[in-house]
Amino acid sequence: MSIDVAAPPIATRPPAAGGRRSGKKGRSPVATTIRYAILLFFVIVVLMPLYVLVVTSFKSGREIGVDGAWNLPTTWTFASWAKAWTALGPSFLRTFELAIPVALISSLLGAANGFVLARWRFPGADVVFTLILFGMFIPYQAVMIPLGQIVQWLGIAHGIPTLIFVHVIYGIPICTLIFRNYYATIVPVEMIEAARIDGAGMLRTFAYLILPISIPSFVVTIIWQFTSSWNDYLFAIFLSSTRNGPITIALNALAGAQSPDYAASMAGALITSLPTLVVYVLLGRWFIGGLMAGSVKS
Amino acid sequence: MLLRLRRWGPGLLLIGPSLIVLAIFVYGLIGYTVNLSLQKRHDALPSEGYAGLDNYKNLFTDPTGRFQHNLWNLLIFTLVFMGGTLIFGLLWALLLDVRTRFEGFFRTVYLFPMAVSFVASGVVWRWLMNSGQGDNAGGINSIFQGLHLSFLENKWWTTPTWGMAAMAMPAIWQLSGYIMALFIAGFRGIPVELREAAAVDGASTWQLYRRVLFPQLTPTTLSALIITGHMSMKMFDLIMSVSGAQWITEVPSVYVWQTLLTYDYAKAAAIAVFLLAVVAVVIVPYLIHVNRAEKRS
Repeated sequence: MSIDVAAPPIATRPPAAGGRRSGKKGRSPVATTIRYAILLFFVIVVLMPLYVLVVTSFKSGREIGVDGAWNLPTTWTFASWAKAWTALGPSFLRTFELAIPVALISSLLGAANGFVLARWRFPGADVVFTLILFGMFIPYQAVMIPLGQIVQWLGIAHGIPTLIFVHVIYGIPICTLIFRNYYATIVPVEMIEAARIDGAGMLRTFAYLILPISIPSFVVTIIWQFTSSWNDYLFAIFLSSTRNGPITIALNALAGAQSPDYAASMAGALITSLPTLVVYVLLGRWFIGGLMAGSVKS
Repeated sequence: MLLRLRRWGPGLLLIGPSLIVLAIFVYGLIGYTVNLSLQKRHDALPSEGYAGLDNYKNLFTDPTGRFQHNLWNLLIFTLVFMGGTLIFGLLWALLLDVRTRFEGFFRTVYLFPMAVSFVASGVVWRWLMNSGQGDNAGGINSIFQGLHLSFLENKWWTTPTWGMAAMAMPAIWQLSGYIMALFIAGFRGIPVELREAAAVDGASTWQLYRRVLFPQLTPTTLSALIITGHMSMKMFDLIMSVSGAQWITEVPSVYVWQTLLTYDYAKAAAIAVFLLAVVAVVIVPYLIHVNRAEKRS
């Protein structure tokens, strides 16, 4: 039992899997049909909200009434998309300025911490690691009240710079965990030993030997941090405004009105979700691996 | 001295900055919040001194019963959310544990809601959970009508007392795929020999899962529960997006926000610390357990 990475990503089958699966031949066709029927049923259920989003976003105002709400639009219109883009456009670009630096900086810090914690058994290393991990689980309300004040006191500009700062800090625990598990299980000790004998110091070993082979973990933490800072609403509502904040704030302003324009809200929800969905579809294999890497397994 | 510096220096250089910011921004700020929760600071003016545990007591003696109502909501939400994600996650993982055509497609579909933010999914779920019934039915209720299942129509999250069970539905939709991924990894992590041995011994499929595979998944299940449990305690975005801040769906994390809007800093701090304590009571023993287990192996 260990806090370990459940990588490799589940998309890559272990070679042994064929063997285990071959032992399960001869299932009855009825059972197989039922299994696929259940799988398809859940596909429909899971995709239903997406269907509603897409269909409603293309409807014109008159069609969004109660009747036939589930039907396809009789006339397809981009008007709501245009309206949503007007409301969300500026914050859409701003959120890239938030999520990209957050992803890169927290990953680098996570790599440095993970390497040290996995390979350097200083006294109290376990306690330090546990204290770092606890930071991952805290409800952020418990730090939010003084957070705004301290960030202001440090002179960090309101809005995106502040949010980069806090997402990097509160992303350190999960990134450290992912890299630490990767280094503890995947990088052979002999490699580091060999480098040490060759006279390479810790910093040089890290920069020239460890970083280049850490790409799988980087992919994981970059996707993870990109997604979580893109999707965050809690820090955003406390530390920014619609004027300088990320897209979740703008979307909530668009959709949260008393009688919201459903077509525009849904177009807005799709625009908001597009970058993370693209990242997810393109890099889904690693994303899945990353999800599992993020789990503290005992 | 110099030798020591050469030995410890580089490591400290790498990890030091992170340790310093975490010490300040996790433990320092928690300390500040705890301290604040013990003071009389109920407006934008400076503190009027310490109040002991009064702020905590006041939460529970409030004649409206607001905080108890919050905790009830949180309990219902947590139980339904944890139970729902566990059931669907495990079911999907089991269905995909057998060789499946288009396995990647199924996995991707089940997992994709995870990439969507709670704010965005709240937009569509507010529409789906339209509380109108009968002639006014919308969203899921109108589907029930179409399927002649009108008795299933309900008021979703606006239902008194139990409404939070409906609020957990979007969260289940978003996170079940994640729990599925954990269980798939768990199944794949079980040595092939165990399955083979069971097959040689003539175990049926049910016996194989019940007696051999499920016991191996205890750690995975524990992780899944820890992850969904602590997410539930933090749940804020989804509720704000589906219902906005209102009494019927209020939970402690929303109460903190509402209280801050009235500048009652000490009260907001007390709620936040209470929430943190609930999380810590579960997480700290868990982290210690994980740490010990790792040392043993």
